[in-house]
Amino acid sequence: MNLDFTPEQDAFRAEIREWLAQNLPSRLADKVRTSKHLTKQDMEEWHAALHSRGWLANHWPVEHGGPGWGAVEKFIFEDECAMAHAPRIVPFGVSMLGPVLLKFGSEQQKSHYLPRILDGTDWWCQGYSEPGAGSDLASLKTTAVKDGDDYIVNGQKTWTTLGQHADWIFCLVRTAKEGKPQEGISFLLIDMKTPGIEVRPIYLLDGDHEVNEVWFTDVRVPAANLVGVENSGWTIAKYLLTYERTGIAGVGFSTSALAELKSVIAKTEKADDPLFAARVARVEIALENMKTTNMRVLAAAAGGAAPGAESSLLKIKGTEIRQEINALFMAAMGPQAQPFIPEALDEGYNGPRIGPEGAAWAAKDYFNNRKLSIFGGSNEIQKNIVSKAMLGF
Amino acid sequence: MDFSPTDDRRMLGDTLDRFLAERYYHPTRMKIAGSDAGWSREMWTQMAELGLIGALFTEDQGGFGGAGADIALIFERLGRALVVEPFIGALAAAALTQDQRDEVIVGTLVSIFAHSEAGVSVDPARLNATVTDGKLTGTKVAVANAEAADIFVVSAMQDGTSALFAVAATDAQLTPYPLMDGGRGADIRFDNAAATRLDMPVADLLDTTLLALSAEALGLMERCKDATVEYLKTRRQFGVPLSKFQALQHRAVDMVTEIEQTRSSVINAGHHLGTAKGAKYAAAAKYTAAVTGKLVAQEAIQLHGGIAMTWEYDIAHAAKRLTMIGQIMGDEDTHLMRFVAL
Repeated sequence: MNLDFTPEQDAFRAEIREWLAQNLPSRLADKVRTSKHLTKQDMEEWHAALHSRGWLANHWPVEHGGPGWGAVEKFIFEDECAMAHAPRIVPFGVSMLGPVLLKFGSEQQKSHYLPRILDGTDWWCQGYSEPGAGSDLASLKTTAVKDGDDYIVNGQKTWTTLGQHADWIFCLVRTAKEGKPQEGISFLLIDMKTPGIEVRPIYLLDGDHEVNEVWFTDVRVPAANLVGVENSGWTIAKYLLTYERTGIAGVGFSTSALAELKSVIAKTEKADDPLFAARVARVEIALENMKTTNMRVLAAAAGGAAPGAESSLLKIKGTEIRQEINALFMAAMGPQAQPFIPEALDEGYNGPRIGPEGAAWAAKDYFNNRKLSIFGGSNEIQKNIVSKAMLGF
Repeated sequence: MDFSPTDDRRMLGDTLDRFLAERYYHPTRMKIAGSDAGWSREMWTQMAELGLIGALFTEDQGGFGGAGADIALIFERLGRALVVEPFIGALAAAALTQDQRDEVIVGTLVSIFAHSEAGVSVDPARLNATVTDGKLTGTKVAVANAEAADIFVVSAMQDGTSALFAVAATDAQLTPYPLMDGGRGADIRFDNAAATRLDMPVADLLDTTLLALSAEALGLMERCKDATVEYLKTRRQFGVPLSKFQALQHRAVDMVTEIEQTRSSVINAGHHLGTAKGAKYAAAAKYTAAVTGKLVAQEAIQLHGGIAMTWEYDIAHAAKRLTMIGQIMGDEDTHLMRFVAL
């Protein structure tokens, strides 16, 4: 039993930190730290910087452009990036489709799509959820009907994050209606420029345009864009979802958010409020525990154990902690959390600053991050998973 | 970073598991806990022979373990088996002389840590017991296994600061009683008792004790959780096992989630024991163990239903011990505020 990192891992951390200090533009770090809106160009700029260093697709195999890191190195990298307020890596191409193609894609698909993910040619989005298929994803109704060498796709996807920027969408579609719902699903890659696709924005409760509806009307998709075997998409979907949950503990995000919280409360009436101090201490202890829980799962993964239901535990606890830090940050702002000035979070805003630093985004982040316990499989679904996989219920 | 136990620790754990399974199963434990003495000297001697007491001390201290991870490993198992013998007291031998410690390690001398006072659960700065001219005067409360003691390690104020003192058991006046969670304890009156000042700071012994109690609580939580999960699978109502009801499934998962967090807090406290951060992580562990302990004890009883309300059922006793650990050496609020201050 040893909680310390090895000297090699410490050196690795130092290397990451040094590189971030040199290469993470302070303009971007400041935007992230102060919850400003990131533009498509901001995200692409950061992807390009990471790609130039070979760290963008850091869980891919070396032959496809990955750096050959283990679970611990990936954790250290994510931790340092979060602490440095780096923009998060947009996951849809790099972290979701990439692993799927590596495991299930044809050689042709790998050699065509993977380099385009790395160099930023293609921006991907995720076509999973539908209005009638959320937690019960297998009940999805978007159809793909074979017509010669094509599929004809009809239906509607929703909660499509950053779909407004996307060149391509990977979709779960129904290719068979017989048998169990899970058995008639396929995994299809669709060019967003294809006629019949319409993207409509969904404005979230904080006013942001982060997610979309994507409508498909007689959209013609080459059958060559099928990943894996027809009607085997559910296996791929589940594989992708376990990837979506890696790193979901958000330890780095919580650590930097907690540091930010502490620096903010020093200037408020909460500074000498023992009840508030106790609330902060509770979440700090939970986070310290969480860090070690996360390490234990990572160490098991590094030892060859499959990341299973433990990632569900990490998701539940990690998101509870992040949401509580958001709640405390908002509480620290008191009534000054009220002003709603979204444009103050745009680059180049020259209007008046209302309230202390943090007031502009405290409530927005609080409400926006309610999503954490809903997406990636709601926390209730995670409990179902743990109940089945760990407790044998 | 490595979370697997060393071979030595694995063997120690296996030995302890085997011993407790064979020799300390529940009816035996209940007999010992309800006996006039409230502990078993015979059992204590066997445990000493197995090396369980020696494993609590470093080689420099005459033992063969003594790291935070050793203490956590042993106390987790002792907790799981609801052992009532004076292991917490044995930890206090770290403050005694080598000759005394050698005797504690072989089981012939029983040391007991007498710390809490009426209104002072943990904070050494608030102690009322005082030493003047080598004589200790004061009252300690709810000291487990006090009647078993040959020697007390007592915290008291001297010249305005707290310190540890050795006092012979013959110089103490005991008001003994049975404890809610099994075994016996006592209030102890020291009246100008001859006291030898010890070098170890009170805070150091407290950190070790808090780690041990947290690990003991962890073992109890695992036992409560395992029994609850098993019960939910076997108990049938409305024609199905209780484990088919989602409301109950999610509550069991909440227990698991918080127990894993507690395990992490114990690992943290064990890792940092004896370092500058030791006190902070020990406070965090005791806080976590108290909060989770209360949750797990309550949920174990609730999810079992009536059966866990009976004296006959072992989980009832595990739940009581788990709950009482939350009360002693500072509760969750106390340790939360210590965490803030440290």
